[in-house]
Amino acid sequence: MGAQLRVYKRRIRSVTATKKITKAMEMIAASRVVKAQRKVAASTPYAEELTRAVTAVGTGSNTKHPLTTAAETVTRSAVLLLTSDRGLAGAFNSNAIKAAEQLTERLEREGRQVETYIVGRRGVAHYNFRERTIAESWTGFTDEPSYADAKKVAAPLIEAIQKDTAEGGVDELHIVYTEFVSMMTQTAIDKRMLPLSLDEVAQESSAKDEILPLYDFEPSAEDVLDALLPRYVESRIYNALLQSAASKHAATRRAMKSATDNAGELINTLSRLANAARQAEITQEISEIVGGASALADATAGSDK
Amino acid sequence: MAAELHVALVAADREVWSGEATLVVARTTSGDIGVMPGHQPLLGVLESGPVTIRKSDGGTVVAAVHGGFISFADNKLSLLAEIAELSDEIDVQRAQQELERAKAEGDEAAQRRADVRLRAAAAR
Repeated sequence: MGAQLRVYKRRIRSVTATKKITKAMEMIAASRVVKAQRKVAASTPYAEELTRAVTAVGTGSNTKHPLTTAAETVTRSAVLLLTSDRGLAGAFNSNAIKAAEQLTERLEREGRQVETYIVGRRGVAHYNFRERTIAESWTGFTDEPSYADAKKVAAPLIEAIQKDTAEGGVDELHIVYTEFVSMMTQTAIDKRMLPLSLDEVAQESSAKDEILPLYDFEPSAEDVLDALLPRYVESRIYNALLQSAASKHAATRRAMKSATDNAGELINTLSRLANAARQAEITQEISEIVGGASALADATAGSDK
Repeated sequence: MAAELHVALVAADREVWSGEATLVVARTTSGDIGVMPGHQPLLGVLESGPVTIRKSDGGTVVAAVHGGFISFADNKLSLLAEIAELSDEIDVQRAQQELERAKAEGDEAAQRRADVRLRAAAAR
């Protein structure tokens, strides 16, 4: 076997191995997307009921709460960025980080101090590498977030927003995450989560057209709101975490699919080249044999004379 | 047939139970409350405790609920909880162990959770 041919054969073997790996990763990601979507669906009843309850309190009473009242002058904002722990997901993480950076820039232009909270190792690594300060970060659960994880993330944020700005608290909370639109489309979006605008909540509620009954609050409207709003924030963060996880798996699936396709294409090209090399080798051998034979024939014909 | 109300017991990550019932007893921060069909619209904060649902076919469902809300309107009752378990899902042995461990460590929240589980399991 010629040297050229051997090199091609070796490269085909290595690309085939890579293709098998990416194919497996694609299939794993595909099954995880379905699982993540199912989790999003399973958490919907809770989120819906909670939204309904918040709407009910919001419309049924004039209670004021630190989580719903906007500060007159916003001096400090918190940005919560959701990324993933692992890469190999195409532009998933860089899109989310880019969206967070644009938001940060916009807020800073408006003269606000921005505190960044990050979920996911990728985002943390990105910020650490650029030596930017991170207020707090969480890692290790982005593939399959549980409600307890969402609670863990929400607790310091709610605490920060309830604190006075002068004592290091924040006035508003933005969240940047990747919305799962469909298997093919995931978009990084930013939303202002706190202070909550009850009108917006009411619009989100599925029951926007129906008139809500006048509820009897137990023990009182203030206490209900007090207990309800942190739960609502937690449930929104949980939903964002789940969507982000589903988006990450979908992005991985797509990235791995194109990697598999590219590997297939590369194998095709390489086997064509290998075939050509083999053919060239055979042609050369034949011409060498023919050349040698005719030289021999010429020599014998000459000696016959 | 007695009047019915529709009950949905929903935890943060799943729907635990839903169906028709004639009476629901739950513990709010200001005491136990019983809801029957036609109750006035209500929104309350739940304490950790067992929730008893009397089904319209006569059976009873008991669940351990840890924190959450009860809301009732239009004959539809929703029980929202961060964590909710039906009594037959509860592993009594594990809850017992959990209770002892929590007592030893002085972890009051865990102790209360285990206690609620045991009470719900005992009521089945």
